[in-house]
Amino acid sequence: MASGVKPRVKVPKSAAAGETIVIKTLISHKMESGQRKDGDGNVIPRSIINRFTADFNGQNVIDVTLEPAISTNPYFQFESTVPEAGEFKFTWYDDDGSVYETAKKISVS
Amino acid sequence: MQLTRRDLLVMGSVGMGATLMGALPAIASLTDDEIAKITGGADVSEGDLAITAPEIAENGNTVPIEVTAPGAVMVAIFADGNPVPNVASVKFGPMNPSRSASTRIRLAKTQNVVAIAQMEDGSFQKATSNVKVTIGGCGG
Repeated sequence: MASGVKPRVKVPKSAAAGETIVIKTLISHKMESGQRKDGDGNVIPRSIINRFTADFNGQNVIDVTLEPAISTNPYFQFESTVPEAGEFKFTWYDDDGSVYETAKKISVS
Repeated sequence: MQLTRRDLLVMGSVGMGATLMGALPAIASLTDDEIAKITGGADVSEGDLAITAPEIAENGNTVPIEVTAPGAVMVAIFADGNPVPNVASVKFGPMNPSRSASTRIRLAKTQNVVAIAQMEDGSFQKATSNVKVTIGGCGG
């Protein structure tokens, strides 16, 4: 599924140095589990996002391996410290080889 | 000997019981196998690891869960009643202070959600939460 995939990420625009912030991410993806069957009884092939990573200035925050039991439109909420101004980079890896990326800048006040 | 209705009922319920007893350990062992793959047979204790899940989920397609594991490097989540017990495994990097994450998962039926955490010192912790599902989330 290469069409209609849209990552959405919520990161605060600024934070105090060393503060812990909450990040919410969601990517629209149907996450076909490979367990369902179509009207003719044929198994619909699996098509999911199998990995999600978040990094801040090159340092890893979270690295998730996803299985078919993750719901449609995979949603993740997690925390991160912000020691300095920089950029969060989010990457999703699809079963079909596609990689979806998005980045958010954060400033330190 | 002639079979009465009472005899048949007794036999039926005994048979049902036997089938259930036979089926349950098989499901549990699938999850146990996956857990053993991660831990390598090491001892698993209860600890600070917490899994937050609703007691009753109306829709098994999206069940919000949260794991909090202070001091963990990795948390693996399993659902023992799903066709494939693996749900996700989360590795926490150095930037993550609380070692917590929340997401939404699919549950096929009423079952236990199990989290296994690998701590920084190499030990393992386990937490279990039972979720009642009214509408299943797999297949259909």
